[in-house]
Amino acid sequence: MTKNFWATRTGIIVVGAAIGVLAPLLQKLGNPGNMGICVACFERDISGALGFHRAAVVQYMRPEIIGFVLGSLAAALAFKDFRPRTGSAPFVRFVLGVFAMIGALVFLGCPWRALLRLAGGDLNAILGLAGLVFGIWIGTLFLKNGYNLGRTQKTHTAAGLLMPVVMLGFLVLMLIFPQIDGEPKNDILFYSLKGPGAMSAPLIISLVAGLVIGFLAQRSRFCTMGAFRDLLLFRQMHLFTGVLTLLVVAGIANLVLGQFNMGFEKQPVAHTLHLWNFAGMALAGLAFALAGGCPGRQLFLAGEGDGDAAVFVFGMIVGAGFAHNFGLASSPAGVGPHGIAAVIVGFVVCLAIGMSMRKQ
Amino acid sequence: MTKTIDARGLSCPQPVLMFLEAVKSAGDTEFEVLVDTEASKENVSRAAESQNCKVTHIRETGDEYHLTIVK
Repeated sequence: MTKNFWATRTGIIVVGAAIGVLAPLLQKLGNPGNMGICVACFERDISGALGFHRAAVVQYMRPEIIGFVLGSLAAALAFKDFRPRTGSAPFVRFVLGVFAMIGALVFLGCPWRALLRLAGGDLNAILGLAGLVFGIWIGTLFLKNGYNLGRTQKTHTAAGLLMPVVMLGFLVLMLIFPQIDGEPKNDILFYSLKGPGAMSAPLIISLVAGLVIGFLAQRSRFCTMGAFRDLLLFRQMHLFTGVLTLLVVAGIANLVLGQFNMGFEKQPVAHTLHLWNFAGMALAGLAFALAGGCPGRQLFLAGEGDGDAAVFVFGMIVGAGFAHNFGLASSPAGVGPHGIAAVIVGFVVCLAIGMSMRKQ
Repeated sequence: MTKTIDARGLSCPQPVLMFLEAVKSAGDTEFEVLVDTEASKENVSRAAESQNCKVTHIRETGDEYHLTIVK
C-alpha cells in the first residue's frame, strides 16, 4: 500500500502553506479584504446569487466553493478514495449547518477567514478564534460523553456524485448568466454592484485556486475545527500544524503584498463588538464540532461522496438566507437587530442536540 | 486477547475515541479495528502510534480496512 504523503506532517504543512499563499493572492486579485477565502461568506454569497436572501451587497456565485467540491472529487477519484455514503442523521446536520452559518455571520467569517483576518492584522479575529476554541471545547465534552449521530450507510455512486453535479450546475448557470456590467441581475442569477459581493478575482483564477485547494485538502483532510478538537481531545498536533502554517504563511504573504494592517478599528468586513465576535464564533464552533468538520472540510467530504456533509453545506446556504432575511447577520456597523437572539436560540438548539443524541 | 472495534460508518473522531477507550481499559493487548474510510484508517493509525502501539497489519477488503494493532 502506498503511504499518503499528504497525510504526513510534511503534507499537512505544505497544504496549510498553499492555502496561506493562495488566499492573500486571491485578495490581491480582487476578492474582498481579509477574505481571500471564506467558506461561510462565500456560501452566503452563493445563497444571495440564487436569491435565497436579498442582501444586495453579498450576491455572487463564488467559483472557489465550486472548485473545492470538484477538486476534492477529482482527488478522491484519482486515489480511489471516493466513498458514496449517507444516512447519519442528515436533518440534524442540516440544522447544525443553519446555526453554524448564523454564528459565523454574527462574527463575519468562517474559521479560515478568522485565521486570514488575523493574518491581515485584524485583532478582532482573536476574539473570534477564542470563541471558536470555546465552542469546539464544549463539543469535545459532548463527544467524551458519548455524543454520536450514528453510522452512515454505503449508497449509490450516483448519490455520492450528486453534490459535485449540483456544483457543476452552479458553474454552468454562471457561464450562461454571467454578470452584466451595472446590472444587479442576469435573468436568474443575482450579482452585487457594490460591497463584498462585487469584489472578486477573475472567475477562472478563483475556480482553479478552488480546484487546487479542494484537491490538496481532500488528500490531507485539512480541517480547522478538527485541528482544535484533536488538540483538546487527544493532545494531538497533526491538523493544528497545518492551521498554524496557514496563519503564519498568510501573515507573511500579506506583509509582502502590502495587505497587512494591524488594529481593531476599520478592518474590512468586520465589527469591534468583542462579546459578539466571541459568542458568534463559539456557536459556530460548537455546531462544527457536533457536525464533525469545519465548513471547508464539509465541502471536501461532500466532494468525496459524503451525502451528510452535502446536507450540512446546504444547511449553511439556507442558514445564510435566514441570517440576512431575519436581520441576524452582522455588518461593519455591528450586530444585526436580531443577531443576539439568534445566537441564544442557536446555543439552546445545539446544546440540546449535544445532550440528547448519545449512543445507547 | 484480541478486541474487535467496529467503527465502520462512523466518521472522525468516533473511530479514534473508540480505539483509545479500548486501549485505556486494561486487559487487551491486541486490537482489530474496522473502518471504512481512508481518513479513519489514517486517524486510527496516528492515534495508535501516539499510544506507543504498533499497527502490524492492514487488510483491505472491498471498501473496508481491518487494522491489526498491538499494544
